[in-house]
Amino acid sequence: MQLEYSIEGGDFSHAGFASSQVKRVLKQLNVDPKLIKRVVVCLYEAEVNVVAHAYSGIIHVLINTNEIVMKLADKGPGIPDISLAMQKGYSTASDKVREMGFGAGMGLPNIQHNADDFKISSNVGEGTNLEITIKL
Amino acid sequence: MKIREVADIVQGVVLSADDMLDHEVEFAFASDLMSDVLTIPTEKLVLITGLSNIQTVRTAEMADVQCVVVVRNKKVTNEMVELANENHIVIIECSSSMFKTSGLLYQNGIKPIY
Ligand SMILES: Nc1ncnc2c1ncn2[C@@H]1O[C@H](COP(=O)(O)OP(=O)(O)O)[C@@H](O)[C@H]1O
Ligand SMILES: [Mg+2]
Repeated sequence: MQLEYSIEGGDFSHAGFASSQVKRVLKQLNVDPKLIKRVVVCLYEAEVNVVAHAYSGIIHVLINTNEIVMKLADKGPGIPDISLAMQKGYSTASDKVREMGFGAGMGLPNIQHNADDFKISSNVGEGTNLEITIKL
Repeated sequence: MKIREVADIVQGVVLSADDMLDHEVEFAFASDLMSDVLTIPTEKLVLITGLSNIQTVRTAEMADVQCVVVVRNKKVTNEMVELANENHIVIIECSSSMFKTSGLLYQNGIKPIY
């Protein structure tokens, strides 16, 4: 099964919509709630990052019998130093993002922690790509 | 304890999902930082928070938190109530500080995670 969603940068009222839809589908498929939580926590932090740091993005979620693969591709400023961005506490978030309860530099490390496999790549001035895999 | 007891103890007003009032909770976590809440794997969790916006409810949804206590008289919007109802999340509004709310629940047997 493949699901696709688009995300708009800056649109905090809809941040989390895709994660919510994916959660619904996984529940219907009777996936273990502990696994669902890991999937949607990763996807939600990744979705919030697109809203917080990029201009627009596309999410593809692939659900197989043995794994769930989430791909996020955004158009945005990109990340100049990925190893720095992966460090706990590193954040360039605006006050607006902090008001929303994010922007403490914990998103990417938490995605890494919850994922079985996590790939991140970025081109400065173009955008950022994430691939998050969770084994079922 | 049941969520309805949480509401009584903090002298709060239940704003959503009253179908969940008999649901059991055991732990609580107090934070205004949603990224922090998303790191917690614990079930049967009450979130005590001073952050009242749509992302508070989204975070509770993703983290499987069934009860959110919004402290310090922060305004809960209709949009938040709607989303909470859809997801069977009880929002309790209360006028006490985060410190007092946490203390009351701790005194009555709700456990910390750390
Ligand atoms: N999609 C993205 N586009 C551009 N920059 C990003 C993106 N995702 C993360 N970043 C950068 O990495 C930093 C750390 O991200 P994260 O750990 O999620 O923390 P936070 O979002 O709270 O700042 C961000 O502050 C930002 O500088
Ligand atoms: Mg983030």
